[in-house]
Amino acid sequence: MTTPALGSAIEPHAELFPHDADVGVRGIGPTRDSAFEQAALALTSAVTDPAGIASQEAIEVTCEAPDDAYLLVDWLNALIYEMSVRRLVFGRFAVSIEGNRLYGRAWGEPVDRARHMPTVEPKGATLTALKVVVRDDGAWVAQCIVDV
Amino acid sequence: MRVPAVLYGDEGLIAEMDDKVLEQIGNVACLPGIVDAAYTMPDAHWGYGFPIGGVAAFDPDGGGVVSAGGVGFDISCGVRTLLTGLKRQDLESCKEALADSLFRTIPAGVGSTGKIVLDEIEMDRMLEGGARWAIGQGYGRAEDLDRIEEHGCIPGARPEAVSHRARQRQREEMGTLGSGNHYLEVQEVTAISDDGAAAAFGLARGDVVVSIHCGSRGLGHQIGTEFLREMALTAPAHGISLPDLELACAPIRSEIGQRYLGAMRSGINCALANRQILTDLTRRVFAHFFPEAALPVLFDVSHNTCKEEDHETGSGRRRLFVHRKGATRAFGAGRPDLPAAFAATGQPVFIGGSMGTPSAIMVGAALRPEQAFASSCHGAGRRLSRHQASKRWRGRQVVDELRERGIIIKSPSMRGIAEEAPGAYKDSTAVVETAHLAGLSRKVATLEPLICIKG
Repeated sequence: MTTPALGSAIEPHAELFPHDADVGVRGIGPTRDSAFEQAALALTSAVTDPAGIASQEAIEVTCEAPDDAYLLVDWLNALIYEMSVRRLVFGRFAVSIEGNRLYGRAWGEPVDRARHMPTVEPKGATLTALKVVVRDDGAWVAQCIVDV
Repeated sequence: MRVPAVLYGDEGLIAEMDDKVLEQIGNVACLPGIVDAAYTMPDAHWGYGFPIGGVAAFDPDGGGVVSAGGVGFDISCGVRTLLTGLKRQDLESCKEALADSLFRTIPAGVGSTGKIVLDEIEMDRMLEGGARWAIGQGYGRAEDLDRIEEHGCIPGARPEAVSHRARQRQREEMGTLGSGNHYLEVQEVTAISDDGAAAAFGLARGDVVVSIHCGSRGLGHQIGTEFLREMALTAPAHGISLPDLELACAPIRSEIGQRYLGAMRSGINCALANRQILTDLTRRVFAHFFPEAALPVLFDVSHNTCKEEDHETGSGRRRLFVHRKGATRAFGAGRPDLPAAFAATGQPVFIGGSMGTPSAIMVGAALRPEQAFASSCHGAGRRLSRHQASKRWRGRQVVDELRERGIIIKSPSMRGIAEEAPGAYKDSTAVVETAHLAGLSRKVATLEPLICIKG
C-alpha cells in the first residue's frame, strides 16, 4: 500500500478573512501554484462572485521577486493593475512558478455592472498578514491583506 | 520604542480598538527620526503598517524617514464640503430627481470612467497643477483655490517620478468617485455647537451642504503599491530594520525618499484635481434644479498625506515631515499657513459618519502646544469588517430602512451598500466628542445625510 503524498488530499479553495477596514485574501492548495491561483480567486471574490464571470478574454503576466511572499504580492498587484486598466474581472487563473519567476494567466470579461454587481475596487495588495507557507497537513497557504 | 505612543480615545473607544492598533502604533514609534510621540486618533483602527488614524512626524536632520506605508494607497483621500445656500425644505419637491441626476452624473463604482482622458502632456500638467490645473481646464472657479489646503496645488510634485503604470491607471479615472467608503452626500446641518465658528464657515441650522469623499484614484494606488515594495526591499541598505514590512520607509534625504515625496505630491495634486472636477459636476447638477445656487467651497481637507510643516517640539521649533494616515490636519487660529478666510477661526475639519449616521464639521483647536502635530480624526472608523457586514445585512434592506428615515441611497452595488451599512461603523458621535474634549479640534456643526451616492 502506498501512503499518499503529504498535501495530495488538499482541496484547493479560496477564502476571505476579516480586516478592520480592508479585506484579507487567502488561497489554499496542494501546491504553491495552486495556492497562488486560489489567492487570485479570493481577490476576485472580494469584488464579485467568480462563478458569474465568463472566460471571454485571457491576459498573461510575468512577475519576478526575491521570495514567495513578494511574488504573491506582485502577482495580485499585476492582476489589480490589469483589472483597473482593462476594466476586466477574472474568474479563472493558472499559475506556474519556476524559481523566483511566476508565469500567470487569467481569464475573464469586461465588468458588467448590472450582472457582476461589483462591490469594491481593489487598490493594492499589501505586505500586511502576508505569508506563503506550508501547513502541517501539507497544504500551501498564500495570503495577504488587500486595500479596498 | 524611540518615543512614546499616545492614544486619544474615551474608555469605550480604546476598549473597542483592535490590539493590532497598539501593535502598529508601537512599531511606528520605533522608526528612525521620529519626533516627540506617535499618535492615534479616536477613530483609529487596524491598518497596514501604520494604523488608520495614525500620526507621526519625522525630522530630516535627525535621520528621519518618509514612509509609503505611513501615507497609504489612497494618497490624499479627503473630503471637500460645498455650501449650497439652500434649506432642507427647498429640496423636498425635487429630492428624488436630484438624487437620480447626481447618480447619473457622478461616475461611481467599479469600472466607472470619467469623460476626461489625459494624454501624457496633460497628465504632467495635472500632476504639477492639481486643482489649479482643473480650474484652468474650466472645472470650477479661481476663488475655489482659497478654500483648499495648499491652495489647490502642493509644490514639489515630480511627475517624472510617477510610473507609466500609475499614469495608465489614471488615464480614464479623472472625475470619478471610486468605490468602498467613498461617497458624495447631500447633508442637512441639524445642530450647531459653536455659533461663532459656524457663522464664519457660513453654516446655520437647516442648511444643505454637499460633501465629497474620494482620493487620487488608480494613480495614487499604483504609486503606493510600487514604492511600498521598493522601500521594503531597500530598507536594509539604508540601515533600517523594519518591525513590520508594511512600515516600508526610506530616509527623507535619500534618492528614493526624495523620489517618493515627488511622486506622492503628484498624487496629492491628482486628488485635488479629482475633487475639483467632481465639484464642477455637482454644480452642474444643482444648477439645473437651483439656478441661483453657486455652491462655493467651504473647505477641502486631505487624509492620507506626508506634508512638510513647522511645529513646536520638545526640542524647539522644527521643520518636520508629518504623516497623517486616516487623519486630518487641524490647524488652529493664528497658524501662518492657513487660508485667509480661516486665519481667525482655524481650519474646518470634516468627520465623515456613515450613510445613516451623522457627520460633523469641527474647527482646528488653537491650543498651545498643539496636540498631535495639529491633527484630528477623519471619520467614524469601522466596527465590523466588510466580510462581517456583508453577512449581517442585505443591501436592499439597508436602502429600504434608510429611505423610511428620509435618506435616499444610490449605488451600483447592493453588496457594496451592505458592506458600508451604518451598523458596520463606530458611533461617530463618540469619536467627535473625544476629539473635542481632547483638544484635537472643536465641535462646530452636526450633519445628517439626505442623499448619498456611493461607489
